[in-house]
Amino acid sequence: MEEASKISRYLYTVIILFLIWLFLTASTDAQELEMGLVLSLIIGALTYPIFTTRGLANLHPKRVAYAVAYAPYFLWAMIMANLDVAYRVLHPARPIRPGIVHCKTVLKTNPGKLALANSITLTPGTITLDVDDDDYFIHWIWVPDEALTENEEEHVKAASRNITEPFEKFLKVIFG
Amino acid sequence: MNALAALGEILVFIGTFFYFLSALGLIRMPDVYNRMQTSTKSATLGSLGVMIGVGIWALGEDFGSVAWLTKTIVISVFLLLTNPISAHTLIRAAYKSGIPLWEGSVMDKYREHIEAKAKEAETVGAPESETPEEGGEE
Repeated sequence: MEEASKISRYLYTVIILFLIWLFLTASTDAQELEMGLVLSLIIGALTYPIFTTRGLANLHPKRVAYAVAYAPYFLWAMIMANLDVAYRVLHPARPIRPGIVHCKTVLKTNPGKLALANSITLTPGTITLDVDDDDYFIHWIWVPDEALTENEEEHVKAASRNITEPFEKFLKVIFG
Repeated sequence: MNALAALGEILVFIGTFFYFLSALGLIRMPDVYNRMQTSTKSATLGSLGVMIGVGIWALGEDFGSVAWLTKTIVISVFLLLTNPISAHTLIRAAYKSGIPLWEGSVMDKYREHIEAKAKEAETVGAPESETPEEGGEE
């Protein structure tokens, strides 16, 4: 992953900070906007090296469109996750069969891996335990039959199909 | 404008219901990993429901303004990004400090991975500064 130019990274940081300011103040008064812009410029100058490596390329229209489409998809997965949890907690027999499984991902960038780990944690029955390069170790509350094989390759394939692949088709475009 | 207030009230109600489930999950689940599962998910969606609900509720009331909604949106996005990370850190720390899995657990691939890594480090003769137990920290 090559780094974008410093100016592009700086501008991207300022834009994000200014957007947060706009939402927090919820006012379009000229004085408030000026103050927000000044503060964004100062904070952006101090923090842009750790905030982003790709700069304005993050605002590519295709990426933004996929990110917007990802939000409802993710919220839907989260609601299903909570209904699943409700079922497991309220069911008298407490139907859990936990285990730590091993998944692989195709994502390359660190922000992408972070987003995938967060998405996994908030969706049905899975929580990320550790990430090591492209290996994900995930605590699964109900390990299905097809992932119970002794064969390592089959296991990884089955687990990845169930856990990581539904998100990867979005995250691959958003984060590359 | 009362429809918005009603929608907000419903969202807050759903949120509190998920809070309740989250607390119940803490009592009913057998070990720390499964407790983490239930409490993280339900508490996140519960907070989301309560906060967005309050924002929409304020839209429908007399004193309401859009300022409530934008602030609650910022807070909920912040929570949505940070809550899973804290859960991940807690569960990883629990595993590293040797808390065993529930006896009903069916597999533990992470143990195999750590052992394979330790063996590899021994044969290669890795420097002692980095034990495999602390790998993947970057």
